[in-house]
Formats: sequence, C-alpha cells, structure tokens
Amino acid sequence: MIKAKEPFRFYTRLHLSELTGLRAVTLGQLLKLIKRVPGSCIYHHTHRFLQQHQYLSPEPPNDFAYWVTEVLGEDRLGERLASIDTVQFPTIHSLREKIINAIEEYLRERPFSRIKFANEGEAFHFVKSASFVMPTKYISNNLFEFAEVLKKITIDSIYFHIFESRLRLEKHTNDFSNWLEDSLGEKDLADEISHLDPYTHTMEDLRETIVNLIEKRLLKED
Amino acid sequence: MPRLEEYISIVGLSIIDDLKLLSEKLKGKVIQNINSTSVGGGVAEILNRMVPLLRELNIDAKWEVIKGGEDFFEVTKRFHNALHGREEEITPKDFDIFMEVSQRNIEDMKLYGDIIFVHDPQPIALVKNKSRIPDSKWIWRCHIDVSNPNMRVWNFLKEFIVQYEASVFSSPSFAQRLPIRQFLISPSIDPLSDKNKELPDNIIHSVLKKYGITKDKPIITQVSRFDYLKDPLGVIEAYRRVKKYIDCQLVLAGGTATDDPQSEEVLNKVKEKAGKDKDIHILLIPPKSDMDINALQRAATVIVQKSIKEGFGLTVTEALWKAKPVVASAVGGIPLQIKHKYSGLLCHSIDGAAFAIKQLLNSPSYAKKLGENGREHIRQNFLLTRHIRDYMLLFLSMYHNEDIVYL
Repeated sequence: MIKAKEPFRFYTRLHLSELTGLRAVTLGQLLKLIKRVPGSCIYHHTHRFLQQHQYLSPEPPNDFAYWVTEVLGEDRLGERLASIDTVQFPTIHSLREKIINAIEEYLRERPFSRIKFANEGEAFHFVKSASFVMPTKYISNNLFEFAEVLKKITIDSIYFHIFESRLRLEKHTNDFSNWLEDSLGEKDLADEISHLDPYTHTMEDLRETIVNLIEKRLLKED
Repeated sequence: MPRLEEYISIVGLSIIDDLKLLSEKLKGKVIQNINSTSVGGGVAEILNRMVPLLRELNIDAKWEVIKGGEDFFEVTKRFHNALHGREEEITPKDFDIFMEVSQRNIEDMKLYGDIIFVHDPQPIALVKNKSRIPDSKWIWRCHIDVSNPNMRVWNFLKEFIVQYEASVFSSPSFAQRLPIRQFLISPSIDPLSDKNKELPDNIIHSVLKKYGITKDKPIITQVSRFDYLKDPLGVIEAYRRVKKYIDCQLVLAGGTATDDPQSEEVLNKVKEKAGKDKDIHILLIPPKSDMDINALQRAATVIVQKSIKEGFGLTVTEALWKAKPVVASAVGGIPLQIKHKYSGLLCHSIDGAAFAIKQLLNSPSYAKKLGENGREHIRQNFLLTRHIRDYMLLFLSMYHNEDIVYL
C-alpha cells in the first residue's frame, strides 16, 4: 500500500443559520434582494436544501426554485432555476449572476409576473449561513484508510470537502481529488471523483459512489 | 434520563463526536440560562434535557429562574398572547408591574455567566445589568411566534432586545428588523422521551383499548389542544368529506386543564359538531400522559395538523419522526418540516386537507414513502442532538463575527 506524502486530515464544517430580516413577497422584490444580499445568503439558499434534504430527491431544487414554483406558481422559472448547473460555477459571484440573469430574462418575457404576490405567511425570507470549520480526529495515510474513514465520517465532513472547499473557498477542485492526485499520485481516481456532479446525488449516495470508486481501485491493486 | 451515548444508535457516532469536538472549544465558559419557571411549559422541558447533556459534554451550563408573583405572570401571559398577534388589552399599569418585578430580579439575581442566555420575555429586562459583568455576552432566545406581534408590546421589549449581543428565533418568518444579530434555531424533539420513543405493539393496543378505539378502519388523527387556532372544527369537516368515499375514523386528542378559558368553549363546539358520529373520538388526555400521545400517533394511518397559526409545530415533528404520512397547513414552522410531496402534504383549506387525506388513504405506498422521508428529515434536522449542536455554535459565534470561522 502506497503511503501518502502528506496524510489527509478530515475536517468538518457545521453551519448556523442567521436571519437577515429581509423578505420578498413578489418576484420583483426577490430579484432586487438577490442582487444585494451577502454571498453567504446566496450560498445558503442554493445549498441548504441539498444538505437538509439529503435523503430525498437526488435533484434538490434550490430555495429560489422551490419558492418560485410552490408559492408563486411560476413553474417555468422554477424549472430554469432548479436546472442551473451549480457545479459549473466556480464562485458564488458567478452563481448569483446566473440566477439574476435567469429571473431577469423571465421577467422580460412575462412582465406581469413581477407583481404576483405570495400568500400571507409565505414570503421568501433571506437567511445566511455562518460556517464553522474544524478538524476531526480522523486522519488517513493511505487509500485503504481513506476509504474506511469515508464510510463513517459525518455527511457534514463530506459536504465540506466536496462543496464548501470548491465553491465557497474558491478552490478549483474538491479536496479529495486534490489529495489523491498530489499525495498519492492517483490521478485517474482523482479525475473520476472530480467529474461527479455532486449536486445530482443525495449525500449518502455520493458517499457510497466515492467509496465504491476507491474500493474498485483497491481491488486492482490486489 | 438518557445519556449522550444512548443517542448514538439513533444519529450515529460521528454526530456525537462532533458534539464533543465543539464542546472542547467552549471549555472554561460558563453558560447561565435564565427563564421564568423550572417546571411546565416548553422552555423548561427543553432546558431540563439540554442542561444535563451540556454538562455531560463538560460545558459549565447553569440554570436560574426569576421570581415573580401572580400579577407579574398574569401580565407576561398577556404579553405572550399579544406577541402571538391576539387581541389583548395592555394597560400602562401592566408595564409598571412588569418593570417593578423586573427591577427586583435585577437587584436579586446573581449574574456570573460568560454567556447569559435569557429565554422569552419574562426575564428580558435583566440585561439592564449587563455592564456589571464585564465581557459578558447576552443572548435573548425568543420561543414565541412573533411574525405578527402587537407593536406596543414588541416596541416595549425591543428597548431591551437591542441591548443583547444576539437574538434567536425559531422560524425565518419571525425575523425582525433589529440592529443585533438574529439566529435561526429550530426547536427539537427528544427521540428517547416517552412521547417519542419506540413502543411495542402491546402498549399501543392497550392505549387504544383504554380510549375505546378499534383498528378496524383507517384512523385520521390530530393531536392538539382544543383551540380555534388548531381548527378542530375544520378537521371534522375535512373528515366528513373523506368519509363520503372512504370508511374511516377520526381521533381528536388534546389536553384538558389548560389555562386557556376558551378551550372549554372550543371543546363544546367540537362535541356539538361531532354529533352522534361513533367514528369521531374526542379524547381528553390527562397531563403527564406522553406515552398515550405517543401510542395514539403511532396507531394513526394519517396524521393531520390543520392549524390556522402555529409556532414551530412540534406535533408535526413528532408525527414525522414516527414515519407517519402527515397532512398539515403551510403555517409557522410547518413548511420547514414538510416539503410538499416530499415529506408530507401541505394544505391551505378544508377541501385541500380532505383531498390530501383521501390521496394518502388510497395510496398506502405513496403515504409510506412520504412518512419515511419525513422521518429521515427529522433525524437530520430536528432532533435534540442538532439542537445542542446549534446552541454550541451560537455560543461560539459570540466570539466570532466572520461568515466562515476556523476553530
């Protein structure tokens, strides 16, 4: 078994939701606020659903898509927002731009949609995420240990290494692929993992997929 | 009382490991909780579980209770109702009584925490003492639905709220325009309590027998106190619309002996509306019968929560944790728990409720899937362990202002 140049330390990231007091009851207001809320708000509303509903549909809509569809009844816009390919956007800034463009384009086609009101009690409330990153006690020195830890670590930890590092901390790939390539020379495996679209897996499914890829690689070694 | 280790089989070892990691970061900090009562009510219930578990995590958590006489609590009860948006006459004398008692507590209560965690409006004025404890961090925890508060009461309290470092609310819709940080922390249920723990079939059967219910036809159940805001009359109406097509029974279970004078009136109206229908069971559950509630929820085919207004809706949490298909109004904290067609069905009217109930009774496999999804959603987000984690993060955020904190 090849020993890694640098051991992999698993971190975890926990988040606490912070209220902003900002709310929208029309699509026009939603758009205006999406343009000016902090990046941690955009992050929250495009990633929360994924984390809080990880056992459910493997294609989780973001909060904007959900609200526009379920509350305003704008199904077409909802579909456009839900299908935004989050994985392609390297920064929150570019993701925000994409969301803004989708809504603006839709409003140009259907100007009356701007003034449709949400029912009482169904306003969109902007929330942001405060993230706390900390090292766990789990460390792996080789591929075998890595797979073993992956099986038992929290979903929050997997989430941190796959999503948080890539998008919010603006690294270009996920931490797992980074380490596999740099410290173990496992370029193929690293590529396979970075080519997964993590936004279309449930978190448990993602864990299983990555563990399977590593175990397949370990079998070859035997 | 269950120990932390006992939660491992429910949430997994790694979640408990995270709690231990977090607690190390709070080493040496004294957390002083303050509320108005040590028994009865939701806040005391939470603190009774939370404080021992925090201590088990080696966090120095304390709990103090303010003193107040009958008129004080009479006033704060009316404040409470007014904050909920109910019509209440609040006189200048009420504010005087509130301030008088608060002043006595300000003088008498020993304050020593690094973090002083004040629950609900009753002890809110203690913050006037803040300057006496240098470097103390003050957090106000609001357990009330303040989405549409009586502004006179809210503005009165706001004078105190703004002196805190942070506030905590249970639902995004309770957020206010405030110059201090506002956190969102949902309440939780304890999966090991009598109300939520697994029950063997024989206990469920004996509870049904006790209340005269047989399982020969599907059971639609709503567990709620008899209050117009829980719309028990609407539930009977929805049941009747379902009954035209599917032979079923209705259980309306709620507590007696509340301090709400209206409950008697509502109960009479419910009985009147139910008439002679033998398939409607109106059950008055005596206090401290958590296991009965548990059994009634577990025996239900579909659980309904057709509230007109709701705080967080912990009865929905309890139902989902038991993997029950739920039909509930989209009010208060309910939409946080139910995503329509994923983990239950949301409704906005009697017709909507009736339609959703019929759908679930006619499609058991769909109903089962919603229930299972609901249970996992609660496991991830609304159990006591998550609540403890959020509180520890809240305490830590008193020492960090950044969006991303490296511990």
